[in-house]
Amino acid sequence: MSDIGTILLGLGDKLAAHVLLSAAAIALGIAVALPLAIWASRSPAVARATLGFASLVQTIPALALLALFFPILLSLRAVFGEGLPTLGFLPALLALSLYALLPILRNAVTAQTNLDPGVIEAADGVGMTFWQRLRLVEAPLSAPYIMAGIRTAAVWTIGAATLSTTIGQPSLGDPIFAGLQTQNWVLVLAGCLASAGLALVTDALLGTIEKGLASRRRRLTFGALGAVLIGILAALFVQFGGGKDERIVIGAKGFSEQYILARLIGQRLETEGYAVDYRDGLGSAVAHRAVATGAIDILVDYTGTIWTNEMGRSDNPDRDTMLAEIAEWEARTSGTHVLGRLGFENAYGLAMQREVAHFGMFNDIGDLAARGQAMTIGGDPEFFERPEWEAVRNAYGLRFAAQRNFSPTFMYNALKSGEADVIGAYTSDGRIAADDLVFLDDPERAFPNYDAIILLSPEASEDEGIVVALSPLVGAIDVAAMREANLSVDRGEDKLTFEEAARRLAERIGL
Amino acid sequence: MTEAPGPLLELCDLRKSYETTDAVSGVSLAIARGEFVALVGASGSGKSTLLKTVNRLVEPTSGTVRFDGEPIANLPLAALRHRIGYVFQSIGLFPHMTVSENIAIGPRLVGEKLAARRVEELLELVDLDPAMGARMPDELSGGQRQRIGVARALANEPQVLLMDEPFGALDPVTRDALGNRVRALHEKLGLTSVMVTHDMAEALLLADRVLVMEDGEIVADEVPRALLGGAGGAIAQGLVAVPRAQANRLAELAR
Repeated sequence: MSDIGTILLGLGDKLAAHVLLSAAAIALGIAVALPLAIWASRSPAVARATLGFASLVQTIPALALLALFFPILLSLRAVFGEGLPTLGFLPALLALSLYALLPILRNAVTAQTNLDPGVIEAADGVGMTFWQRLRLVEAPLSAPYIMAGIRTAAVWTIGAATLSTTIGQPSLGDPIFAGLQTQNWVLVLAGCLASAGLALVTDALLGTIEKGLASRRRRLTFGALGAVLIGILAALFVQFGGGKDERIVIGAKGFSEQYILARLIGQRLETEGYAVDYRDGLGSAVAHRAVATGAIDILVDYTGTIWTNEMGRSDNPDRDTMLAEIAEWEARTSGTHVLGRLGFENAYGLAMQREVAHFGMFNDIGDLAARGQAMTIGGDPEFFERPEWEAVRNAYGLRFAAQRNFSPTFMYNALKSGEADVIGAYTSDGRIAADDLVFLDDPERAFPNYDAIILLSPEASEDEGIVVALSPLVGAIDVAAMREANLSVDRGEDKLTFEEAARRLAERIGL
Repeated sequence: MTEAPGPLLELCDLRKSYETTDAVSGVSLAIARGEFVALVGASGSGKSTLLKTVNRLVEPTSGTVRFDGEPIANLPLAALRHRIGYVFQSIGLFPHMTVSENIAIGPRLVGEKLAARRVEELLELVDLDPAMGARMPDELSGGQRQRIGVARALANEPQVLLMDEPFGALDPVTRDALGNRVRALHEKLGLTSVMVTHDMAEALLLADRVLVMEDGEIVADEVPRALLGGAGGAIAQGLVAVPRAQANRLAELAR
């Protein structure tokens, strides 16, 4: 396992993206909040309405706010056209700006209402116009308080920006989500340290500006402001300086197998001379949408997921028919290209500990329906929302005493510790063998096929080089190889990084 | 008395109504050039409201104010206030500006830069050390601050000086000294001054003419000597009785 220093040094890109996203969100927050505050200081009704709205936004969990911008932007495409991005920077920017609004607005309004009425009377008495009063008196006297609000907003925004990973915007949340997924606490710690460090430095610099404004020391104010600008410029340079616009972006959903396969694909492309970038930790629907719209170029997806979730199908044909129909549907609806199967299947299945299943004589899902009503079932956060679960539940008439959500990693722990008796597990997961779990048979064939397939965005599918570089992966990875690779990053000790696991996998399959 | 015909300030049937009450209920008044007028009355009598209609810090509900014959509603607000110095009890020095910057603010608003020499002159006019310009307001005493308030009001070389309880928050010694200073400046600069005060003694000692207000109306309009001689009616005499009794008692004590 690489040590934390190395990981931190490797976070430069994420840090730069994080800085730019946070800075843009705070800047937009300021640009909206200050005019509103001026308006609000002239009208109590506006003050009530704006502060009420900003407070309401604050009660929405940041993660949900980020997620909500996906459908909002999607519906706005009717107005702004298909070019409007629904994932990545734009929705993250909008959600975080809304979040930054409240502290800035509240402090600005409070500062305005707390201005000494004598000073305002004097400003009017000497004949100041509206703008003169604002510029010469109200703004300089309110500035330290507004700065304090901006400071609070900055710390919040930098923290909340880690969540933008889930909607496909690179940030310091990437290592946190990747580490959480694989119980790689060093990775989580590195992400937290970097994010907290950034927040502390920003807080200190903005605090210095605030102090400079309050004590009217221009050198202090402009010195700290200069430092902030240099930081943002450095981030801009890292992001855009090297002319790396031509990067191929590989998406990964939030579990180990996806991270490893993304690296495997990335490494192959890199040896062919491509520059690559990763969007990790995407939700299922988000990831598919991202590849279909070209927000990412390459994604490994699963036939059953597309079949039930994207196409809304509930029938269950054989795997070749299913793949052919998916390929036709993808090509027709978005121009997304199905390159082919990787060779293994990562199906959902219901898994139990071997001895529990053996002792209770649970062989297939029907047994569970008959005798499992007192049991607790665990699943990943998506599982119980997916149509497959509904199909299985209805096919067998499943009823449980409780159902609980876990992140995939903790789901396996829950099974071990008895907090769940049966889980919705993944067949290619390395922990199936490592934890000595068995899958219950599915005689009704309620779970569809989940062959792993490579999807290329419409644009990427026209790049001959990509197709050539990735074609050797088609049919090359069997489930045993995938399980071993997954286990090598999921196990508690002697973990490999995703990059190392991808290299070992490449060696094993002879590439 | 003056070179130009007609009063400098003329208030015609001026009324200011709030939801339930009239703060000023139909006041008509003319103030000649060079007059020093004191507006005296109890709290809530409407004297401050009346004063502020002159520089439009209060907009009257009805009636007109004429400044040098011109209805002030026709004048641009900034231009009007530029010609009228305003001094009030809470002073309102800008805390983020130096003493010099505070004094120079009026000219600055119309794009003029007040010369350092002129700032020093203004400081001298209000009996302050000319070197004080670099200080910040919070380093000064209350009396010094109000002196600067007066200097700021005079920086535009206004024709009219409006004062709303200008010495109300000062200690008696400072109050007396600054009152006399302002009266001297009134003479020296040829100002037309209107001062609101609740202190009849101050009004009698400083003003040429004393107006007594009660419930939004002017109930007495006399020169100080006439008031002391018993003119002006019951309300005015009630106000005059206080300092007179105090003076008599002091005289007895001294005997």
